Amino acid sequence: MAGAGGGTSDVQWCFSQVKGAIDDDVAEADIISTVEFNHSGELLATGDKGGRVVIFQQEPESKNQPQCRGEYNVYSTFQSHEPEFDYLKSLEIEEKINKIRWLPQNAAQFLLSTNDKTIKLWKISERDKRPEGYNLKEEDGRYRDLNTVTTLRVPIFRPMDLMVEASPRRVFANAHTYHINSISVNSDCETYLSADDLRINLWNLEITDRSFNIVDIKPANMEELTEVITAAEFHPNQCNTFVYSSSKGTIRLCDMRASALCDKHAKQFEEPEDPNNRSFFSEIISSISDVKFSHSGRYMMTRDYLSVKIWDLNMESRPVETYQVHEYLRSKLCSLYENDCIFDKFECCWNGNDSVVMTGSYNNFFRMFDRVYRQDVTLEASRENSKPRSVLKPRKVSTGGKRKKDEISVDSLDFNKKILHTAWHPLDNIIAVATTNNLYIFQEKLN
Amino acid sequence: MFPKGTKRKFSDSGEEPAVSGDEPAPAAAPSAAVRALTSAYSLQRQSLLDMSLIKLQLCHMLVEPNLCRSVLIANTVRQIQEEMTQDGTWQIMTQALAAAQCPTDRLVATEVLCRQTDAAAQAGQSPKPFSVVGLEEGYHAEEVVMEGDVETEVTMSTLSPVSPQLSSASYLAGTFGMGPCWEEDEDDDGECEEDEEEDSEECVSEGEEGDRDHLSADSRTGEQVFGTFEIKHPAPPPDPALEELFSDVDPSYYDLDTVLTGMQSAPKMGPYDLLESLSSHGPTALSSSSSCRSDLNELDHIMEIIVGS
Repeated sequence: MAGAGGGTSDVQWCFSQVKGAIDDDVAEADIISTVEFNHSGELLATGDKGGRVVIFQQEPESKNQPQCRGEYNVYSTFQSHEPEFDYLKSLEIEEKINKIRWLPQNAAQFLLSTNDKTIKLWKISERDKRPEGYNLKEEDGRYRDLNTVTTLRVPIFRPMDLMVEASPRRVFANAHTYHINSISVNSDCETYLSADDLRINLWNLEITDRSFNIVDIKPANMEELTEVITAAEFHPNQCNTFVYSSSKGTIRLCDMRASALCDKHAKQFEEPEDPNNRSFFSEIISSISDVKFSHSGRYMMTRDYLSVKIWDLNMESRPVETYQVHEYLRSKLCSLYENDCIFDKFECCWNGNDSVVMTGSYNNFFRMFDRVYRQDVTLEASRENSKPRSVLKPRKVSTGGKRKKDEISVDSLDFNKKILHTAWHPLDNIIAVATTNNLYIFQEKLN
Repeated sequence: MFPKGTKRKFSDSGEEPAVSGDEPAPAAAPSAAVRALTSAYSLQRQSLLDMSLIKLQLCHMLVEPNLCRSVLIANTVRQIQEEMTQDGTWQIMTQALAAAQCPTDRLVATEVLCRQTDAAAQAGQSPKPFSVVGLEEGYHAEEVVMEGDVETEVTMSTLSPVSPQLSSASYLAGTFGMGPCWEEDEDDDGECEEDEEEDSEECVSEGEEGDRDHLSADSRTGEQVFGTFEIKHPAPPPDPALEELFSDVDPSYYDLDTVLTGMQSAPKMGPYDLLESLSSHGPTALSSSSSCRSDLNELDHIMEIIVGS
């Protein structure tokens, strides 16, 4: 069945493709900052630090190789955001794409992309025909001498090489004082929300000069600020419901029907702190870096520094499932605080039928947790494992003193190689994993 | 990521100290506090505090700093301060600060702390005691500062429930204040200008800070971020201890102002002289406090023009 996560013991992952430069010298602008499949999975969009969006399209399955699902090839590349300078504050506004979200499919493809301050709606359209046979113009565009026009003809469309155009359709600007961290399209397909550190705004996709502020946690005195918004998302089915997570490890669910300003949450999800694990870093590692609803809308997943938690929307007191991503880092928190790694914002994602969740880690490792079979696996995205259709071998980090063969010790981990962004095809077992500047695509091994 | 610089090697395994419940009760003040001061735990806690203050100071000036990160670091500092207050360590530090001989120069606190190399130096590295902690809990010391009474400052550790009405003391405002200061899209009431002054403390981040002595960088950071911003305070009191408490406010205000407004070629020389002196090698003695105050007024005026009020 397409989309079945299956037991991780059953599913084997193979390398499919890698996109991006091969050399180790990473250009800053090439650092991938977001990855997102569209609703059919046919298109895969990435955003980078240089403000560019690259869209890959899946080739139709070929009859020659039924074992392989189609490859993803570049479909369109465009510059979404440019660097700006805020003259009043003497500060640069980064062009880095923080998030891309696809709109539900219509005749043409639409996506929202955002940097720290401005959201843009892009239309991706194909052109494979062009008109020929104008009366007043030559084929190259020059105007004909009217004296030479003796006949009248009807221009016709002729096929041409496929051209993919991206055009900005809307620019939603000047609504955020702080840095935008999330955008989420509503299930009503008319509105979307954008969240920054302290506020969440609701937009209509058609209207760019106005937005409604629906959450505002900015205190009257900024010196009282102790908590910021870290992520926000609309419920996949209920257009009145959204959640936002905070740096203190709480998730608030809000109902827009209750009031115009949703400062009072309808539900608050928070797990009591474990007194045994208390340290000066407790709050920092409890800060939620990503929140994602399940496709069904019944659960939501949160990612904090060391773990992934699954919450049932009907139970606020604690998560129903908790998965440790890299518990071996708990004893290294001070070093990770010193080199700022403790502030890394990892994302997480669900598979198509909500049975498996995935998130990234360090050393180009990423982890999958099967909720049904209660299994987990650690895989690595690296050039060494990049032979076509080679099966990925599970990796293991040794925590004790004795390091077995093929295991890697915690101290050997490369904390510069972090996988922050991952995406799972909505229907099939195809995943996109972004290392610093490369995009890896893995597929399930089909026999 | 920040350069490691003078790398301190300490075992990570002992990194997560237990809850302050394990700490000696404040009632057994002197011996417990001394014990706390010298224990490995308190050393680690101190270095964590130093690290945090440096991180808060060294924000990237070209791009707006990450607010979430700043909030988390500031909360960590606050937590450490609270704990140090509870076990009496804080009291010792404030005493050490107050006892030090200080000239009435602006950057006096920095100089003082640079010279300290003994145990009191540890104390000197911490930010002003009343600053962060006092904010929410309404520590008695806040009122004390307003009234210019030095003695009670030392009684920081006594948690008096008084909540003073501070008009613009924004100890942490500087850290987060960059955003709200410039809310051109929003209500542009007086809050905007107030915030500007408060903002000034934060994100001064001269790279030149890095040149300084490690200790002084910490203390400067602490004072910048958490020092009192009470510019509305009347004439500065002659008391040297209080003088030092206020010492770092103005210079950093100028610096931040320079960067924020991008007034690279402003006609006013006062602030830029300050910037020059700070960018060079060490704390420079400034003229009397009154000249700084008049410069402050000039800057206020300039800010008003720019904000367009």
